[in-house]
Amino acid sequence: MSLSSSSSSPLSPAQESTPLLTSDEGLMTVRWALVQRRGGLRRRRRWALWRQVQGYLFLLPALLIFALFVWYPVVLGFVMSFQSVDLINPATWVGWANYRHVFADPLFAIAWRNTLAFTGYALLFGYLVPLVLALAINEMRHGKSYFRLAFYLPVMLPPIVTVFLWRWMYDPDSGLLNALLSLVHLPGRLWLEDPQTALPALVVVATWSAAGSTMLVYLAALQGVPASLYEAAEIDGAGFWRRLWHVTLPCIRPIMLLMLVLQIIATMQVFIEPFTITDGGPQHATLSILLLIYTYAFQNADFGEASALSVLLFLVLAAFGLIYLRLTSRMLQGD
Amino acid sequence: MATEYHEPLLEQEPGSDQRRQRDSADGLARSLLRRGWRWHRSATATSRSSEVSSERTLLSPLMLRRPLVRFCYWAVFLLLLVGTLTTLGPLYWMVSGALKSNVEIFQRPPTFWPAHPQWSNYSNAWQILQLPLYLGNSLILAAGAVLLQLLVSATAAYALSKLRPWGRSAILFAFFATLMVPPVVYLIPQFVNISDLPLIHVSLINNWAGVWLPEAANAFNILILKSFFDTIPGELTDAARLDGASSWQVFIRIVLPLSRPALAVITIFTVIASWKDFLWPLLVLSNSNLQPLMVALYHESGLNANLPFSYLMAGLVFASLPPILLFLLFQRQIIRGVNLTGLKG
Repeated sequence: MSLSSSSSSPLSPAQESTPLLTSDEGLMTVRWALVQRRGGLRRRRRWALWRQVQGYLFLLPALLIFALFVWYPVVLGFVMSFQSVDLINPATWVGWANYRHVFADPLFAIAWRNTLAFTGYALLFGYLVPLVLALAINEMRHGKSYFRLAFYLPVMLPPIVTVFLWRWMYDPDSGLLNALLSLVHLPGRLWLEDPQTALPALVVVATWSAAGSTMLVYLAALQGVPASLYEAAEIDGAGFWRRLWHVTLPCIRPIMLLMLVLQIIATMQVFIEPFTITDGGPQHATLSILLLIYTYAFQNADFGEASALSVLLFLVLAAFGLIYLRLTSRMLQGD
Repeated sequence: MATEYHEPLLEQEPGSDQRRQRDSADGLARSLLRRGWRWHRSATATSRSSEVSSERTLLSPLMLRRPLVRFCYWAVFLLLLVGTLTTLGPLYWMVSGALKSNVEIFQRPPTFWPAHPQWSNYSNAWQILQLPLYLGNSLILAAGAVLLQLLVSATAAYALSKLRPWGRSAILFAFFATLMVPPVVYLIPQFVNISDLPLIHVSLINNWAGVWLPEAANAFNILILKSFFDTIPGELTDAARLDGASSWQVFIRIVLPLSRPALAVITIFTVIASWKDFLWPLLVLSNSNLQPLMVALYHESGLNANLPFSYLMAGLVFASLPPILLFLLFQRQIIRGVNLTGLKG
């Protein structure tokens, strides 16, 4: 509705029936308000546009960084897996040759087997440990914060410190482990030199350094279990174990599932322990996928083959990532 | 504390704001955060209630009066106490190992207590390992990481939360989708990328920027900050605007000061992560004058490095002191952060 038409048209009955102002004054007020409104609209639209521009200006650093250092390398990885790249000569297209080489490499199967074994052992050793710790610490009426601190401390150590410390503790002659065994008159072992024990030994290191943070997450989740549920269960005559099984565990089950998936994803990326402690040995018993990728790229200077193996690892991890995503979104709907 | 003030707002928002719920990436982010906040609240509740010590857990106070239960309780307590030896023992082994002489450290069987503590090992290691240089490098890398990450994630989170430009749900999705891709799977292309950046053809190998820039792309920081900014009432920023403040002034004067708790968590986590980082600096920084302490220790530990073993142990002690001190100082924030993100390490 334009301003001129409103001023020339007769006043509506509604306006006549409320003669707070004389008709002239009323008209002036309406006109003035409309002018204001129109100018305001234009100004508001311009301001909205400026706000858009500002929004993108504020986003610019993040967009640039993400584009250059995440989105581009992810795409580049897929492209490179079909190329021969050695960083000296220009990249050339080789089709599926990298993938064929990777699959033909006898180390491929060994590395996958080791990585899956590592993940399996890590679940075996490491999945229940943080949960049991958290359950026990949560029940403690004394020294709770000391326990939390003591069990969390290894998480704070830099991985390089952890691996060198443990490499020394595993030392057959001067290491702590064999010394403790000899205290109770048990024979020592060549922990890292024996293909049988090398991989589990590395799993112990990884579990030692990671269990604390999972424990902390469980502790927080346990705090979220409502006391009324315990009281209700108790009134219904449920004993300790039944309360644990029917109240505590169902309450933290979503977190347990989440931690399971996160642990699988994290342990399949195992690198620093085999890289620094055993260097993939003995007899490739601790060669992990990521270590193989590293070897392809930085020892054989074959970045194409390394990318092809990375893509394969990515596909496996992405499957678990999707599970993680579904779990979180289901948990969120449950909220 | 500002967080307590914001919590209720966060709780009621998803129900009241239909439009935002439709936007799936945003929805995921905020529900993740809601979960985080619940954990955070329960985590702070822990520290509060442990002082009160009258909270209800699996064991009822009544049960604890039964002698058998009391016995089991103390048995578990003792077990836990012994259990802490598995985490504190190796730490003791490291600190005491650094005090042993070079004969004693390889003695068989090893001594549990250094026979003649060599306190000079620490000062010698300080010099031989060139710790001032490498500690300084680690510090510079950490400081740069904090500055760059805060700048990048806070500006992006502010734009997404308060300025709300068109297509923000697509941008949000593009950011948060990167959380599903572990950085190691693009380690190789990232290295190729760094050694010859597209368009400008600059190599960041042997340049601190080669470490700083890739780690600045951290979607978790954006997630945390955006959800924190979302809890700042719109009335507050609008009022500042009416008074003539620009977006930048609102950002600097209102949004950032109110978000100090979230910024603190991110800062602490960034410092610790940067301090621990090993593989990427190892690949990017081959010039030993630029390397952080972790990479230097790795090179020094090589068999041909000829470094006395107790000096290496002393070096490890020096390397682990800063994060442990940070943890002891900022325990509360760190525990809150772990619960917020559910992150490992």
